[in-house]
Amino acid sequence: MPAVDYKDVQAIVRFGFGKMTEACYFLVRVKNAAAAKEWLLRAPVTSAEITPSLRTALQVAFTRQGLEALGVPEKVIAGFSTEFITGMTGDPSRSRRLGDVGANSPDKWRWGYEDRVPHAVVMLFAYPGQLEKWKLSIQREFWSEAFELIEYLPTTDMGGREAFGFVDGISQPDLDWEQVRKVSRNRDQLSYGNSVCLGEFLLGYPNEYDRYTDRPLLDPTAPGADALLEAADHPGKKDLGLNGSYVVIRTLKQDVRGFWQFLDKVAGSRRLQRYQLAEAMVGRTLGDGAPLVPVSSSSMAGVGNRGDEATRKQDVRLNQFTYGADPAGTACPFGAHIRRANPRNADIPGGPQGWLMHLIHILGFGNKDLRADLVSSTRFHRLLRRGREFGEKLDPDDALHPAPENDSERGLQFVAVNANIQRQFEFIQNAWIVRTKFDGLTEESDPLLGNREPVPGCPFANTFSLPQNGRVRRRIMDVPQFITVLGGAYFFLPSLRALRYIAVAGI
Amino acid sequence: MTPQDHVLVIAPIKTERETELRRLLASMNSQPGQANPDNPIVPFGQFDQIHFARFVVLTDQTEEDIHTLYGLPAVHYPLTLAFFADFDGTADDFRADLAARAGDGLRQIFSFCQDFTSGTDLARWMKDHENPAATMYMNWRGRTVIEIRQENALRLQLECHIQRNQKAFSKMTPQQVHQALREFTTAQIYRSELKLDRPKRTPFGWWLRNLIHLIGVPVILLLLTPFLILYLPIFIYQLRRRETTDRQYAPRVSSCYEAKLGNLEDYDVTNQFTVVGGIKPGLFRRWLMSYLLWLMEYTTRHIYIRGHLARVSTIHAARWVFLNDKKRMVFASNYDGSLDSYMDDFINKVGWGLNLVFSNGISYPKTDWLVLNGSKNEQPYKYVLRRHELPTDVWYKAYPGLTVFDLKRNTLIRRGIDQAEMSDGEAKQWVALF
Repeated sequence: MPAVDYKDVQAIVRFGFGKMTEACYFLVRVKNAAAAKEWLLRAPVTSAEITPSLRTALQVAFTRQGLEALGVPEKVIAGFSTEFITGMTGDPSRSRRLGDVGANSPDKWRWGYEDRVPHAVVMLFAYPGQLEKWKLSIQREFWSEAFELIEYLPTTDMGGREAFGFVDGISQPDLDWEQVRKVSRNRDQLSYGNSVCLGEFLLGYPNEYDRYTDRPLLDPTAPGADALLEAADHPGKKDLGLNGSYVVIRTLKQDVRGFWQFLDKVAGSRRLQRYQLAEAMVGRTLGDGAPLVPVSSSSMAGVGNRGDEATRKQDVRLNQFTYGADPAGTACPFGAHIRRANPRNADIPGGPQGWLMHLIHILGFGNKDLRADLVSSTRFHRLLRRGREFGEKLDPDDALHPAPENDSERGLQFVAVNANIQRQFEFIQNAWIVRTKFDGLTEESDPLLGNREPVPGCPFANTFSLPQNGRVRRRIMDVPQFITVLGGAYFFLPSLRALRYIAVAGI
Repeated sequence: MTPQDHVLVIAPIKTERETELRRLLASMNSQPGQANPDNPIVPFGQFDQIHFARFVVLTDQTEEDIHTLYGLPAVHYPLTLAFFADFDGTADDFRADLAARAGDGLRQIFSFCQDFTSGTDLARWMKDHENPAATMYMNWRGRTVIEIRQENALRLQLECHIQRNQKAFSKMTPQQVHQALREFTTAQIYRSELKLDRPKRTPFGWWLRNLIHLIGVPVILLLLTPFLILYLPIFIYQLRRRETTDRQYAPRVSSCYEAKLGNLEDYDVTNQFTVVGGIKPGLFRRWLMSYLLWLMEYTTRHIYIRGHLARVSTIHAARWVFLNDKKRMVFASNYDGSLDSYMDDFINKVGWGLNLVFSNGISYPKTDWLVLNGSKNEQPYKYVLRRHELPTDVWYKAYPGLTVFDLKRNTLIRRGIDQAEMSDGEAKQWVALF
């Protein structure tokens, strides 16, 4: 395997730009393709190479409509995935699967629907106090001629917490940049690990199935193709996807007051109970984000293996766990947000086991626990999250006060990187977050993200169950919708080479 | 126990009237592809023995594959209408009941078929046009639609009762909860708010046939073993020769076809799936597939009868049926979740099982040793499946909102209610079902 050429990868795949606490995203449509190409050719897009002096960053990604507007040939676009071509809002059945119905329905969105589908997103990041200057320098030359701004997405630094008040972005997959991870197509992984094949997040590399995810491959003679590298799995073809990925962006409005006021009502205005309930819904503590289930004593692949000693220790404390220690859901409810979004299971129940036990499990037997084998294997459904908060920060206790006039909207500009939108983002959103039947549950969706839309044949879709040790479950009824989708789209995040290809395409 | 049965009626239609037929079928739906249970043509909801039913016009956009991949002449099969039903009781009773209570509507539908005339005896005609399943899977042997509905009503009332008395229940031990819920159930039955029928006696004829099958198949296998062992080296040679030369053909379906199929999905927590495909040419594949399905039928009849098929616990019912003298096969299933999660579940949990059967189908991703690779070629596998999938014109499910796991949980709750005494451990597990 050749080493990854970091200079060709957009930085967001490798870094979260943690120190660049200021950020904003421009959602634009191409007004003038020639000017847009000129701007793209000059755009100082930040690569994943480590540059200690870096104080600002720029990232660019395109929707299918954007690639069309820039003149990328139809035949090339056809090589992208179906969901990218159709778009997040291009098919009502996709909206049903993503839970984008009712209050989340795309026709109510501020951006991302019909003529408000952006062509590109231009993401800016900067050290504190430097964003305004950075914006001006990006918007010079060709910018105003090239693009029409359809939505400006601002962000706020909430000190590493999301709008409800919980520490955000704790669990991230550990990308196998060195390409040392070995997966076998026909062999089950018996334990959960956090290390994930590069191909799950970067096109042009083997994924968790030890396969290359489909992407546009060009004939070497195609115009502009000479700027691209050869595809590893198709010698002789030029790989437009190589070192690129897909980015999912969704603007999620969080009803922070509604969230805390509802919990306060359920908790009978007792502060500790209110916090505990919120923690049960999230699956982590409000204080520092420690998991509600005990940390495992044995080490785990891809956990606590990066950064300095303190960072490693912190990662172990926050991420070295699975739900194997809590099969009844009494420590962390089955429906808790982090248990849904990342169930931390292996390919097969039972952990490391002898061949006979393995065979028994393969045949579907040997599980004492009713729920032992309900959830799909996690490693095929991971996301790299790069979201940022927006709006005014609101302290959980202050959230109990009635909203003042002109109260700020707050929430998350959800940004996720993945190589296969269908198997990663859409699967997680559909099967794990929105679905009321996740892991044997039956009348509840994600306590934070769920839309509470009625499910035919089910009396409720808005409950939250808390299994109790040695007692009958506690169940919270009439959980309101706390998060509303205001916009969203699927983007292709090109490599720097692919970006140049796009900038000269169709000329 | 009332055993379930199933029928698949298949008949060629008058090709020129396909559009008209599809329009008629669509008129039975309340949402695209989703049958209105009270539709006047076949009011499925009035038949409390039907679990699942569907009408599909069987087209095949993959007919040319045999020419593309094997150079053999492509056969263009006549356009047919297929009617699938899974129900409680015997097929004879079912046909008679259907003819008696939905005769007019069915006549209207089947009049689009080539040999159906106004004078035709409906039940007889259906029986004459039936194709037996090579393998049939029903997730829970002998659990009737009525039991499913009663058990669901039971659970909902118990949940509601617990909720209303949450404070009192939160202090009870599992044993006390069990007793309290048993008392409540008895009171509800007394007040006619609940009904829990006792299972009927298993028909003797069915029981005997099942027993003979249970013993007979292993006996036959045992007798065959010496010959199979002798044949094994030849088999391996034949298999490997084919596996190394068979070609995969997995173009992605157009966004338009994808949208057409997607339009029929994800209204209920369960979805339908109908695929048709050609079987690889030659006797080897034909016999291999027949043999494997025969073995599989044994497992679905005697082993996988309690809520899961190997590791997959999301299939309500599925069947594999040979068509056109075993040149083609139709597979129809009713599964929980969206198609993507269904396919992912399959690839990761029973990829080997899919390979065993479907690798005998034309265009399937390359397998090794019958069980390896194949479906593990994730994307080509998904494309192949989608390409062979057909839009299901009308689909009916008797218990919307309920998954296979829901049904299992409800049954376990009901069993607990029927049980007078429980150990502490049992009671703890039972209480965790709520």
